[in-house]
Amino acid sequence: MKHTDIKICGFGGQGIILSGYIMGKAATIYDKKYATLTQSYGPESRGGACSAQVIISDSEIDYPEVLHPDILIVMSKEAYDKYVPGLNSNGMLIYDDDMVENSNKFPSGTKIFSIPATRFAEDIGRKIVANIIMLGFFTAVTDIIETKSMEDALLSSIPVGTEELNLKAFHTGYNYGLKKSK
Amino acid sequence: MKIKLPVLTGEHFMNGDFACAEGAIAAGCRFFAGYPITPATEISEALSRRMPQVGGIFIQMEDELASMNAILGASCAGVKSMTATSGPGFSLMMENFGLGIMMEIPCVLVNIQRGGPSTGLPTMVGQQDMMQARWGSHGDYEVIALTPSSPQEMFDYTIKAFNLSEKYRLPVLIMSDEIVGHMTEKVVIPKKGDIHIVNRKKPKRGPDKYLMYRPEKDLVPCMANAGEGYKVIATGLTHDEKGYPDMSAEAEEKLITRLCDKIRKNKDDIIEFEVSELDDAEIIVAAYGSPARSALRAIRLARKEGIKAGLIRIITVWPFPEEKILELATKARAIIVPEINKGQIVREVERCSKSRCEIISLPKLARIHTPYEILNVIKEVNNT
Repeated sequence: MKHTDIKICGFGGQGIILSGYIMGKAATIYDKKYATLTQSYGPESRGGACSAQVIISDSEIDYPEVLHPDILIVMSKEAYDKYVPGLNSNGMLIYDDDMVENSNKFPSGTKIFSIPATRFAEDIGRKIVANIIMLGFFTAVTDIIETKSMEDALLSSIPVGTEELNLKAFHTGYNYGLKKSK
Repeated sequence: MKIKLPVLTGEHFMNGDFACAEGAIAAGCRFFAGYPITPATEISEALSRRMPQVGGIFIQMEDELASMNAILGASCAGVKSMTATSGPGFSLMMENFGLGIMMEIPCVLVNIQRGGPSTGLPTMVGQQDMMQARWGSHGDYEVIALTPSSPQEMFDYTIKAFNLSEKYRLPVLIMSDEIVGHMTEKVVIPKKGDIHIVNRKKPKRGPDKYLMYRPEKDLVPCMANAGEGYKVIATGLTHDEKGYPDMSAEAEEKLITRLCDKIRKNKDDIIEFEVSELDDAEIIVAAYGSPARSALRAIRLARKEGIKAGLIRIITVWPFPEEKILELATKARAIIVPEINKGQIVREVERCSKSRCEIISLPKLARIHTPYEILNVIKEVNNT
């Protein structure tokens, strides 16, 4: 039985919760697995620290929260300092290396991947798609969710008229991830 | 042109609040009055969008007293109705909840519990209103309260809440919590034809012979809606079968006994719980709502260590599964009760167990128990 605990964190407004939602939707609706999304909720959604927790499993999920993530996706310095020490041993750390300075505080055995997602988003012309670039990167460097499922979940979760922009962002992250994971 | 989408048949990745709203629509609810409050706001949000699509009415009221009154009125007019709130609003609704009990008005009141008392902890989870659900309005009565543990159950048990309210003619409570309300999981919505719907019993006699409060065998009176040509008289005062106020001890005895008995004598039809690994269990966890999910993991972990642990997940906290708890207490060494409060339903477990086994309260505030917090108590019991 495969069971993966994922935590995505950053600050409010980066689309952290939406990333978790798309991931969970891809896993359940398109990959036919089980997924549970919970979120830290409060004034965070107005700009403070923010996190989404996604559990993806081959079987029904009982306890809905993530204590020690197997995969930690970090998009802010504050979140890095707060959550990296809690990473599971032999886990995976994925971070935005323009937003976060790697300070080597992660547990030994951690697999590390980084992408300048926010800078890439600015290059595309819309800073707000950094989360989608990160989602593409995550899809490429892990083998948890099918790429097609993630694309379908993405397209069914975003406002009409933004499909091209979001797919471009997704593939920017995905292609960068393929290069990095070779 | 109206867009008709009465049931969103299919698979969705949806949070508990939205699933509750869809359950209401699927159950036939066409009137929602509420005052948005964290963490129940998404129910109002969803229904403000959905009600116009299905030809229903959404009203944002001036407060929670008015919200509860509005749904009682809508139901008297024959429209299935609902409101949703959290602790502070629940307190305000209690007076008119009692009116609904007394006038025997079917409707559904959802409480997505957060930390209290008072305005308390708006964004974090609580289960501190469980006794208020039972005794929050003055006077003597019985209630039905359901405690879902997942978004799928928010959909399913919202429908069940409507069915029970229509069947037994009373406001039914959904006592959910912030974790379940805000948790997002797969929700499967069946085809419209596959959803079991119960509607209130209509009068079998003509308007000249109909009595608003004459009970049938199941102790529930048939219900004529206002405007259908029947005499519809409803009051919060103690009343006779016609609905006329009757200020006598006999009338009080007769009416209140029936209001209690229509639930007590039908409890086997109402009570629902789910058991896991109970057959040979020596240490039992009794839980409801979100902590039941931590408890399920805890007993699975305990089983891996060879400890005979089991779970009873209580789905109808009210009426309480008294006989089942006594049966379990008779064969178990201990019953552990994790709750997100300082120990409320544990009192019911103690009362029903008649001291046949040890009862351990496991209170926690503002978060759900981790499985390990429950497992540790299971181990302590196992080692003694």
